[in-house]
Amino acid sequence: MAGYIAHRLLWSIPTLIVITIATFVIIQLPPGDYVTAYIAELVETGEVIDAETAAHIRHEFGLDRPMYEQFLTWIGGILLHGDFGLSLDWKLPVSELIWDRIGLTLLISMLSLLMTWVIAIPIGVYSATRQYSFLDHLFTVLGFLGRGIPDFLLALVLMWMGFLYFNFHVGGLFSPAYENAPWSFAKFIDLLSHLWVPVLVLSTGGAAGLLRIMRANMLEELGKPYVETAYAQGLSERQVVWRYPVRVALNPFISTVGWALPALISGDVITAVVLNLPTTGPLLLRSLQNQDMYLAGGFILILSVFTIIGTLLSDILLVLTDPRIRHS
Amino acid sequence: MQDETILEIKDLNICFEMREGTVNAVNGVNFSVKPGEVLGIVGESGSGKSLSARSIMNLLPRNATVTNGSVKFRKTDGEVIDILAEKRESRKMRELRGGHVGMIFQEPMTALSPVHSIGKQIMTTLSLHTDLSKKAQVERAADLLAMVQMPKPMEMLKKYPHQLSGGMRQRAMIAMALSCNPSLLLADEPTTALDVTTEAQILDLIMSLQDELNMAVIFITHNFGVVAEIADRVSVMYLGNAVETAAVDDIFYNPKHPYTRALLQSIPRLDGQKRHRLQTIEGMVPDPFNLPTGCVFHTRCAEKMAGKCTSQIPELTHFENDQMARCHLHQA
Amino acid sequence: MSEQTLSDTAVEPAAEVKENSSYTAKPLTLMWWRFKKHKLALWSLGVIILLYLVAAFAGFLAPYDPFKHNRLHPFVPPQSIHLFSEDGTFQGPFVYGLKRQRDPETARLSFEEDTSKINRIRFFVEGDKYKFWGLVPTKLRLFGVEGRRNRIYILGTDKLGRDLFSRLVYGARVTLSVGLIGVFFSFVIGITLGSLAGLIGGTIDTVIQRMAELVRSIPTIPLWLGLAAALPVNWDPILVYLLITVILALIGWTNLARVVRGHFMTIRNQDFVLAARLSGATKTRIVTRHMLPSMTSYVIAAISLAIPEMILGETALSFLGLGLRPPVISWGVLLQDAQNLRSIALAPWLLIPGVAIVVTILAFNFLGDGLRDAADPYQK
Ligand SMILES: Nc1ncnc2c1ncn2[C@@H]1O[C@H](COP(=O)(O)OP(=O)(O)OP(=O)(O)O)[C@@H](O)[C@H]1O
Ligand code: SF4
Ligand SMILES: [Mg+2]
Repeated sequence: MAGYIAHRLLWSIPTLIVITIATFVIIQLPPGDYVTAYIAELVETGEVIDAETAAHIRHEFGLDRPMYEQFLTWIGGILLHGDFGLSLDWKLPVSELIWDRIGLTLLISMLSLLMTWVIAIPIGVYSATRQYSFLDHLFTVLGFLGRGIPDFLLALVLMWMGFLYFNFHVGGLFSPAYENAPWSFAKFIDLLSHLWVPVLVLSTGGAAGLLRIMRANMLEELGKPYVETAYAQGLSERQVVWRYPVRVALNPFISTVGWALPALISGDVITAVVLNLPTTGPLLLRSLQNQDMYLAGGFILILSVFTIIGTLLSDILLVLTDPRIRHS
Repeated sequence: MQDETILEIKDLNICFEMREGTVNAVNGVNFSVKPGEVLGIVGESGSGKSLSARSIMNLLPRNATVTNGSVKFRKTDGEVIDILAEKRESRKMRELRGGHVGMIFQEPMTALSPVHSIGKQIMTTLSLHTDLSKKAQVERAADLLAMVQMPKPMEMLKKYPHQLSGGMRQRAMIAMALSCNPSLLLADEPTTALDVTTEAQILDLIMSLQDELNMAVIFITHNFGVVAEIADRVSVMYLGNAVETAAVDDIFYNPKHPYTRALLQSIPRLDGQKRHRLQTIEGMVPDPFNLPTGCVFHTRCAEKMAGKCTSQIPELTHFENDQMARCHLHQA
Repeated sequence: MSEQTLSDTAVEPAAEVKENSSYTAKPLTLMWWRFKKHKLALWSLGVIILLYLVAAFAGFLAPYDPFKHNRLHPFVPPQSIHLFSEDGTFQGPFVYGLKRQRDPETARLSFEEDTSKINRIRFFVEGDKYKFWGLVPTKLRLFGVEGRRNRIYILGTDKLGRDLFSRLVYGARVTLSVGLIGVFFSFVIGITLGSLAGLIGGTIDTVIQRMAELVRSIPTIPLWLGLAAALPVNWDPILVYLLITVILALIGWTNLARVVRGHFMTIRNQDFVLAARLSGATKTRIVTRHMLPSMTSYVIAAISLAIPEMILGETALSFLGLGLRPPVISWGVLLQDAQNLRSIALAPWLLIPGVAIVVTILAFNFLGDGLRDAADPYQK
């Protein structure tokens, strides 16, 4: 058991290294660099920068050095000082820009994950134990719809509906009054009242998929002999269903929590753009467009690290919950 | 219901409404069991053995309909429960299951929960039907495992089913079924999935426990050899009918029903060989959607009487020594 | 078991007959038989065929040139088709003319039906020039309205007065083919890596497995964004289009590879492969002649489930402005116009491409589910 965890931990190191390098390369991939993008932007406003100034800026940011050197400086800063470098675009340390946003992204992703389970598991269990009932059919149809609607489209439609019927502005995470206020209880409540929209948007797709898997797993488990044994022991239906098959049917979920996380983070990025949330999405998008490479790199790196941690945790969780794996 | 019986099944009929038509899976099964008696039920696959046993637990598949008949069980305190009149989930039924009636199944591989330890599963039954303390439950569970001859019972409590061999699992299953001293044990082909040696051990175990605890046992099997070894009385099933029921000696030496006879003839009796082989009977088992009219066995019966057998359902004929059979040969 | 028991004698006759007739059927035929029972999947297949037909005959079906601006008609709401005019006389299918109004306060243009003008719909009319399948220059369009200056906008227009229906039909070409081409690329990568892993095993298997794990543990959208942002704005749209599909494929191959690998692992030791190996067939022959065909049905199912993923990917990227960019028309590009509340509130019909996306995705999902069940009736 301990050996297994150690093994998994060891494996995540090369994964991390590869991801870091890949991240950096991807960001460097576009022809030109931040200064090119910056100049282009200035040109649009009518300003002109001569080659000398450009070279000067380049030198200042270290953009004229070879790529591997830039990479080593970057990664060295992160590893040694937790310094993610300077956002070229904002002229601010990356760490100052991203942690708040990543925190919100993770909060939204976690809540969505939770929501996904809260929706999918009871409905999946219900659908399986009352197969072909009216509600089962209804949930099946809703599930299909949920699976077919892309997140950003759902966000758009919710936004429109909110506007049309409730004259309610869906979007953002804070009311204007709290947007720049320091954290307080009132601000937290305000956050909660805005949070449900992105959480709903993000959880529907996942819940729809999960629901179908849960139902199928449950149906399979309910047909197994040990369920009959449990009834023959004198357990009531509710006890039987929740104590035995649900536990077994949940295993595939536990093993995929880790995979759900990247999907949710991805989903958040795009939903955030639509709903104009102060999470990673809009800023990441902008940094990519401007080739603000340290900012973009910081985002991708941290999000990937969280994903890897999530995967690791779910693998360990699976081993803990399923005695069949634990002992093999 | 007669005074000395603990279980009585009367005229049980069970059918399934399927898209392809109606399956009459059980058609008029009758038998009764006395305390401490071992009733063997033999029959081909699909003859309705398991369904009859499940009806005693009121655990029929949800798409099953009981169209006729009754199942009555007498508890040790004398109270008679009309099982099919009870709701599936009623308190009485849940008390009965595991408390008064224990059940063991064919597949030791899959009949135990894969995510709970053996001890936990036995203790679940104990906590449902007794008010033992946690500690007492652990002790009782260990005693039970010792009773079914599991080595190192204390350690076994912590094991999960996948860590045990088939025979071991079946022992654990038996321990679980017997944990609350049931007065009736239902064993649905408990040895079919085991190898021959283990089968013999498990049979011995069941027999000695039956003796020790003086409980009634309903033992379902495909195998006439097993029946001969352990049963006091035997019920032979064919296509949902209990075609003949009698004391084990009468079944083997004085069979009344042509199906029983055919089955017996297909067992080669080699001297000195204890286990019996069963050969095929002429013809095929009819399609369950189109049961034959009249006597269900007439398509394969060597003694069929044209007309009568193909059109009239034979009544149950009673003989001496509680032997009964459904066949026109014995009707005046 | 050595013992022959009663159960061996009982054979359900119906099952036997079925088995016999399917005994000689090829896996694909078998799959088709089972597939036909899924009514929903069958309907979905119909819908998908229809969608691709629409894409193939886009020029003919669209009444107008999808790029042509019409400054007089911005944000025209969808026009409804009538059969009877106001006084109840039958006119055949027609739309009313458009009445332009300017809100005196906001100075915003709005359109209303002008019930005094009846523009009859005509079929097989001469419209804007286009090249049929890029080859044959023609003006033939399926439908249009009478009168050179009259227009029919069944799904309305966008802010530049372009006909949304025509754009939707043209967009189908790009969006639907991105799915196919992307899946083709990821199919090639997935099959190659999956069969390498499954066949050779050992280190190669581990490496490929790790690679798949790696790709899967990177949050896709940021990765897409990163890669897509790397494509210069001024490149040829066709090149961008191809690269986008490659990007989608680079991320999407893992699932296919897993299916292929898993299947290879299970069949590697199955009788027919062993038999082929024992009879001296070469490895390539075993793989191409025996193993790959035995899994066609699985692969088909996996592919049909991968296509909607690709379509979603393209749509999402283009929607964010990182995938395809105007003047290319794809459904994602069309949805860019509906990116903010103001435009949706003003012209809700701009969300219609979203409906097309949902229908397509659902159809592919149903089809995929049906195919998967048909490929392996025992697997959930
Ligand atoms: N859930 C069900 N749905 C439909 N039909 C069923 C169901 N369960 C049982 N049957 C029908 O009832 C018949 C009898 O089933 P049963 O399980 O009692 O047979 P059995 O005698 O125990 O056979 P085996 O020796 O194979 O266990 C079967 O042939 C089957 O056609
Ligand atoms: S009733 Fe007729 S067909 Fe049926 S067993 Fe008796 S003799 Fe045979
Ligand atoms: Mg049975």
